[in-house]
Amino acid sequence: MEPLVEVRELWRVYPMGDSEVAALRGVSCRIDAGEWVAVMGASGSGKSTFLNVLGCLDRPSRGSHRFAGREVATLSSDERASIRGRELGFVFQSFQLIPRTSALENVELPLVYSEVPAREQERRAREALASVGLAGREHHLPSQLSGGQQQRVAIARALVQRPRLLLADEPTGNLDSRTSVEILDILAGLHRSGITIVMVTHEADVAAFAERILTFRDGEIVSDERPEHAGASRSVAP
Amino acid sequence: MTLLRMSIRTALRALRRNKLRSSLTMLGIVIGVAAVIAMVSIGQGANAVVREQISSLGTDLLMVIPGATTASGARSGWGGASTLTVGDGQAIARDASAVDEVAWMRRQVVQVVSGDRNWSTVAQGVPPSYPLVRDWPLTSGSFFSERDEETAQRVAVLGRSVVENLFGVGVDPVGETIRIRDVPFRVVGVLAGKGQTAFGQDQDDVVMMPFSTAERRVLGAKLVGNVDLIFARAASSDSIPEAIEQITRIVRERHRTQPGEESDFTVRSLNDMAEAQQTTTRVLSLLLLLVASISLLVGGIGIMNILLVSVTERTREIGIRMAVGARERHILVQFLVEAVALALAGGIVGVVLGALVAFAVSRVAGWPVLLSPAAIVGSVVFSALVGTFFGFYPARRAARLDPIAALRYE
Ligand SMILES: Nc1ncnc2c1ncn2[C@@H]1O[C@H](COP(=O)(O)OP(=O)(O)OP(=O)(O)O)[C@@H](O)[C@H]1O
Ligand SMILES: [Mg+2]
Repeated sequence: MEPLVEVRELWRVYPMGDSEVAALRGVSCRIDAGEWVAVMGASGSGKSTFLNVLGCLDRPSRGSHRFAGREVATLSSDERASIRGRELGFVFQSFQLIPRTSALENVELPLVYSEVPAREQERRAREALASVGLAGREHHLPSQLSGGQQQRVAIARALVQRPRLLLADEPTGNLDSRTSVEILDILAGLHRSGITIVMVTHEADVAAFAERILTFRDGEIVSDERPEHAGASRSVAP
Repeated sequence: MTLLRMSIRTALRALRRNKLRSSLTMLGIVIGVAAVIAMVSIGQGANAVVREQISSLGTDLLMVIPGATTASGARSGWGGASTLTVGDGQAIARDASAVDEVAWMRRQVVQVVSGDRNWSTVAQGVPPSYPLVRDWPLTSGSFFSERDEETAQRVAVLGRSVVENLFGVGVDPVGETIRIRDVPFRVVGVLAGKGQTAFGQDQDDVVMMPFSTAERRVLGAKLVGNVDLIFARAASSDSIPEAIEQITRIVRERHRTQPGEESDFTVRSLNDMAEAQQTTTRVLSLLLLLVASISLLVGGIGIMNILLVSVTERTREIGIRMAVGARERHILVQFLVEAVALALAGGIVGVVLGALVAFAVSRVAGWPVLLSPAAIVGSVVFSALVGTFFGFYPARRAARLDPIAALRYE
């Protein structure tokens, strides 16, 4: 079976004045549908850069990135936007909700841009909000929600299209440990329902929720392991 | 929600959030559009007044004025030593077949006194045919007769403004005595109100007396038989060119003007004058249009400027939208909608403001208000175009942002 994501010899080089900074130096790996992968590594090791390439937000300088059988580098910017809107979901450390816009409208955004029929948009957005435990908060503005609630709105927005791949960059980085566990619980539920997750984190106990851990150092993958004890079947610690 | 609806909603939300900024940005468009609307309405009102006056004077009225026509079409010699005489007028009446009625005039500014009131006005010495030529009815009394003319009677017919100033509004002065340059006159009639000329002169500020009386008793005569002006009514509008030609020939002959020599008088039809007036209006309109265009240009640049600010302020929002599937054209449309909304709002406010100015001006001037639907639709559409044009560059800049850079923007 073809992997959901396959990258080979991936380079991402930023020009810095006269010299260059390589954030990714020949990264290769494959991720199968249904996996939950944690990406770890020191700060500046290239984790976010890797995730942005997987998310079709950034284009590698060299190398191949295939998503669901398509070579992303050859796609137009509209086609990449379409993949982001229909097949990918993003969760960021800083939530990235549109300010002064209700939770419901934030969650509806991917549906609007994918031109889902107007009738369906609200129903699906409400469902998504309810599935992250925010029923009744549809008309709250981001500024009227706690950090954990905002991150749940962001997750609702990421899953409202039933994406094949959910990309989370330090989703619990700005949250306290209790709220983090709530968020991870939601992700675990999504994983059980069949969504593939790639999640960047600094914390080992967060990474422990995943089945597979990729470790980055200086733009390279230095380890790719599947700890025995890890996995989505693991029950949530109190 | 459809894409367009969401774009409109987002744009309105952004504009409402910065009310003061939005209103200031709209100002250029508001002023430009208001100028256009006011200008067009006022211009049309003024033209309507001119047209009405021309038709009230009769388009078949011709004026023979002393002095040659200069290259610019203006007349020289107006008020100077006149070369026209009563004899010229009589010859026109006798020999010009395309002319129905002829009258001539001597005029001068005089002081008129009634009791303890006095008033400075224009005294006109005219023959009894004058009201016929000018098609000018009386509201009271009657015009002086051929007999009055022959015997140089001291009788006067007053214009409405003179009556109002000497006797008061609504008073009938027929039978009263007034003094014109200390000469006592009996008032025999009052002329109907004619209003202002296209040039803003009050036609009703006038005292008329028999030509002979004026010449002998009031205005004095260095040269007997000289007149300031000859009026001739063409038999019909169609015969105006023929009448002009006949008058020119007759008077040139009488003045012994050699062939090829320039005439020492000018024959004008009121049509010419109306056209001259409309040319003036047109020049003014063009000037105002220029002001309006500059204003719209400045307004457009203002919109561009504020949109660039808006794009910068909302860089992160643009990044978020791109991350959840917005294509370049979606972002482009969103900011174009914002620019057009600003410009349209400015256009609509401008139309209202311009209409108010037009109402005020026409009220003061006593003109009809003629709001032009074409101008209203045109300027609203044009504002939208200005918004699109000046909004395009900032919108494209937003659409071309790199999603990652936008998401990371602080
Ligand atoms: N736009 C950019 N221009 C230049 N260099 C960049 C840019 N973005 C990232 N880098 C560099 O690329 C490297 C990897 O950055 P990246 O954000 O992927 O690190 P990270 O592993 O996510 O770190 P952290 O854990 O702190 O989030 C860093 O050295 C960074 O300085
Ligand atoms: Mg990072």
